[in-house]
Amino acid sequence: MLLPFAISADPLDLAGVLALAQQRHAEQAARDDVEGPGAVVLFVGAVRGRHQGQEVRALTYEAYEPLAVASFERIATEAAARVPGVVLCLHHRVGTLEVGEPSVVIAAVSAHRAEAYAASRFAIERVKQISPVWKREHLVAGESWVEGATVDPDDPVALEQAWKRACP
Amino acid sequence: MSVTVRLFAGLREIAGADELSRTVTLPATVADVWQALINEWPALAPYAASLSCAVNAQYARMATPVGDGDEVAFLPPVSGG
Repeated sequence: MLLPFAISADPLDLAGVLALAQQRHAEQAARDDVEGPGAVVLFVGAVRGRHQGQEVRALTYEAYEPLAVASFERIATEAAARVPGVVLCLHHRVGTLEVGEPSVVIAAVSAHRAEAYAASRFAIERVKQISPVWKREHLVAGESWVEGATVDPDDPVALEQAWKRACP
Repeated sequence: MSVTVRLFAGLREIAGADELSRTVTLPATVADVWQALINEWPALAPYAASLSCAVNAQYARMATPVGDGDEVAFLPPVSGG
């Protein structure tokens, strides 16, 4: 049984996450007596084989699971505040991933495409800002933790920046 | 009183553990717990400028008070996606 927000040590169930988001949108729309799911955007982040000129062998992800899941819920709430009615489901993988393997999947569902695209992009920008997930790069040349963003989740400037990237 | 400390990624590797139990004197904040860690592992100190934290799996600040049995997590800059 898939949950809408999860950290997963197993390979991500892309079709399952998509179907769950679509089903949740349909249920919500029926409850609210509004248009049902008409646009489903599935974003999949995958391990890149080359990063900044370096050959990548694999990536190892770790997460602070309870806070990461809470951050995904928070991001879905933030998205729905900007894109009324949008439904998001978000799973992130942990463990060691080979090149090409999906590391994150975001299903964004709305009645129409513009909203689903915007919410999808907003969600991945926010994941990269605030979700407590870390990647270790295994390069041919060596390995190290990637230290990306330090963003206060309550910082309205960062939130606005994520939204601007979603709606350029 | 005693708190559980959770460390991740680079922080975890410096300390050599992902979970520790540490005793602090009340009243205490997240900053006091961090200071105790820096005293033990000076190599953690450079992370002070880029650190986030959580108490009982909720986003917190260095000034957030901590109580007996709390789980205090220190988060280096994130890199998910």
